[in-house]
Amino acid sequence: MSGGALLSTGKPFTHQSESFHRFALAGNPNCGKTTLFNQLTGSREYVGNWPGVTVERKEGRIKNGSARLLDLPGIYSLSPYSPEEVVTRNCLLKESVDLIVNIVDATNLERNLYLTTQLMELERPMVVALNMMDLLNKRGDRIHIQRLEQELGVPVVPVSASKGVGLERLLTVCSQAAESGGKTGRPAIYSRGVEALVQSVSRELLPEQHMGGARWTAVKLLEEDRLTLSGLALSSSQRRKIQEIRGKLPITRLMDASMIIADQRYRYICALCGRVVQRSEKQWKPSPSDRIDRVVTHRILAIPLFLAFLLAIFFITFGPPGNFLRDLVAWMIQDRFGETLSLALDFAGASGWMHSLLVDGVVQGVGSVVSFAPQIMLLFTLLSLLEDSGYMARAAFVMDRPLRKIGLSGRAFVPMLMGFGCTVPAVLGTRTLENRKDKQLVILITPFLSCSAKMPVYALFAAAFFPAHRPLVIFSIYLMGILMAALTALLFKNTILKGEPAPFVMEMPPYRMPTVKSLWLHVWERLKDFFVRAGTLILGATLIIWFLQSFDVRFSLTGSPEDSILAAIGTVIAPLFTLCGFGDWRASVSLLSGLVAKESVVSTMAVLFSGTGMTLSEVFRPLSAYSFLVFVLLYTPCVAALSAIRREMGSAKWTVVTIFYQLTAAWFVSAFVFQIGTLCGHLFG
Amino acid sequence: MNQSKQSDVCGLRPGQAGRVVRIGSSGALRRRIIDMGITPGAVIVMRKAAPLGDPLEINVRGYELSIRKSEAREIIVERLEGGRL
Repeated sequence: MSGGALLSTGKPFTHQSESFHRFALAGNPNCGKTTLFNQLTGSREYVGNWPGVTVERKEGRIKNGSARLLDLPGIYSLSPYSPEEVVTRNCLLKESVDLIVNIVDATNLERNLYLTTQLMELERPMVVALNMMDLLNKRGDRIHIQRLEQELGVPVVPVSASKGVGLERLLTVCSQAAESGGKTGRPAIYSRGVEALVQSVSRELLPEQHMGGARWTAVKLLEEDRLTLSGLALSSSQRRKIQEIRGKLPITRLMDASMIIADQRYRYICALCGRVVQRSEKQWKPSPSDRIDRVVTHRILAIPLFLAFLLAIFFITFGPPGNFLRDLVAWMIQDRFGETLSLALDFAGASGWMHSLLVDGVVQGVGSVVSFAPQIMLLFTLLSLLEDSGYMARAAFVMDRPLRKIGLSGRAFVPMLMGFGCTVPAVLGTRTLENRKDKQLVILITPFLSCSAKMPVYALFAAAFFPAHRPLVIFSIYLMGILMAALTALLFKNTILKGEPAPFVMEMPPYRMPTVKSLWLHVWERLKDFFVRAGTLILGATLIIWFLQSFDVRFSLTGSPEDSILAAIGTVIAPLFTLCGFGDWRASVSLLSGLVAKESVVSTMAVLFSGTGMTLSEVFRPLSAYSFLVFVLLYTPCVAALSAIRREMGSAKWTVVTIFYQLTAAWFVSAFVFQIGTLCGHLFG
Repeated sequence: MNQSKQSDVCGLRPGQAGRVVRIGSSGALRRRIIDMGITPGAVIVMRKAAPLGDPLEINVRGYELSIRKSEAREIIVERLEGGRL
């Protein structure tokens, strides 16, 4: 191999991560795992997405460069019933993880330690990071760290991830633990009788059957865990012996094997907490969280408050505040920058086509999209605010009953609300749904909840055709999307995706003050994505559109767009939309480019109309403009969303069904709106 | 103790507490309920019902949990008189 000779160091080429220790962060949902991850990896954060049926996990390098850190989805238990839990379990069992960093919420010790008792059975080096110490202290409670450390048998480090307290020490302890092979705690969790059974099962196992450690596997076999049973190739004599041992468990009508194990875990934890936690008297008073909840989930106030929040988001983003910011940016880019560039090009003696490409193509096209950055930033700031504060769980609590009417669970509400921001994270967010049919249904209807990329299209048309009723027109489009989503859910839930809605057992986290840092991280991630798309996909689409529009079918530069290649393509598709009211080639072409990214509809229009002296009103009437918006609302989402849908549906068939259903729905509803509108126009003159 | 009576979690009034006696249901739902800390002996405090009557908010092992009435009916508790918070 000639490639090997190029490495002069003589060292065999190894994957970078192999030279580092690998720590895995594991803990309950909402215990501050991602905050800790961001704190520890800091600005060097490298986020990688692994596609497939797996749940996203993030990997990053720790600030001082000593190790790589794996951020796993939050889980309550290692017994797998949601896809996230299966992935975390597989990751901890099968991958080369040198150390488990178990994050424990100190303010919710009992339930958090339940996972800890399970993680310890994997018999990997482990460190417990006792998080939210600041909140615990505020509450006036005390935890005897040394005592807890002694009892668990693994290092316990108190930290406050959001305040950045105790992280240095956590890293030192982790490095030491990984270096020395670490301690694997084995506290006496089970009663003597059950412990003896666990040990006899583990003796039955061959070394290659240990999976995540003989002890863990033995406990799972006692519990008759399906996944463990199917993952192990047990011989029939092993099966018989293990069955015999299981028979010795004190199983009664009320207590099955898994209940006995869980019960003993909790008994152990209760006793442990009694020894290490010193509670203050304060906790019997209602906490600030309780007081907020008294209003926010109030029997009468809850629903009006919920609607008020949504309207406020809508008003700030699409009303005067958002519009002002957008106009400001549009003016700066398209007018000021465009004019300056135009003058500079003239001064430099640039050719006509160069001028046209840069000013009419790039600045107009990309600029028209970039000017929506402020509104996207506002929308995501507000959505993240709801998410970080803990309100989303209350919204799911309040909305469960109405959502069940259309066959969905309140849990589906959170990914659906995210759909108003961007379909991609919304579709990925459906992973938290345990029921496969629920998940498919949510993915199917989320694209109808208008994503922020479609907003520029609405804003452009509303400004041109309904200047006096801008917010109303846009609101009606959003409402129609919600209605279509509900109708679709009803249709599919009663036919193809029949089934009971998934159970609704959900933690209601205490309210927390969102930190500026985490808000900014959320918003920046979206904004970065937006700019990257503007600079790649949308720029590319703009250039292609400009090219197709500037050249005719014989590839020579043409002055009149009517002769261009683009017009030729558009004219072929256009008749399809005659019944919808926009059978013009420009409309068809911009819809086509919208498949790349929804903002492209706007940039394409900008390129098509700039420099021709034509305006939108020569192609659209108010009614056809509205039916066009309806089509944009409902038709197939962009390629990024489609690939997310393909990934999460896990089936090509369902992806095709989704695309086909959305195209048909868009065409029929849009044609219906236009035809009824025309009819009304004739009737009422 | 002789005043204590058994009922399901739905039978608890807001503020009333109960000690878990047994859990019906089966499969993944049962597993989930157990993993969330609802095991025999655990104390559940009823907080309130959602504005439209369902789901319920309960407190178990010191944290708040939301659960549907249909699921709460599977959890049988022994009512604790004077266990009001």
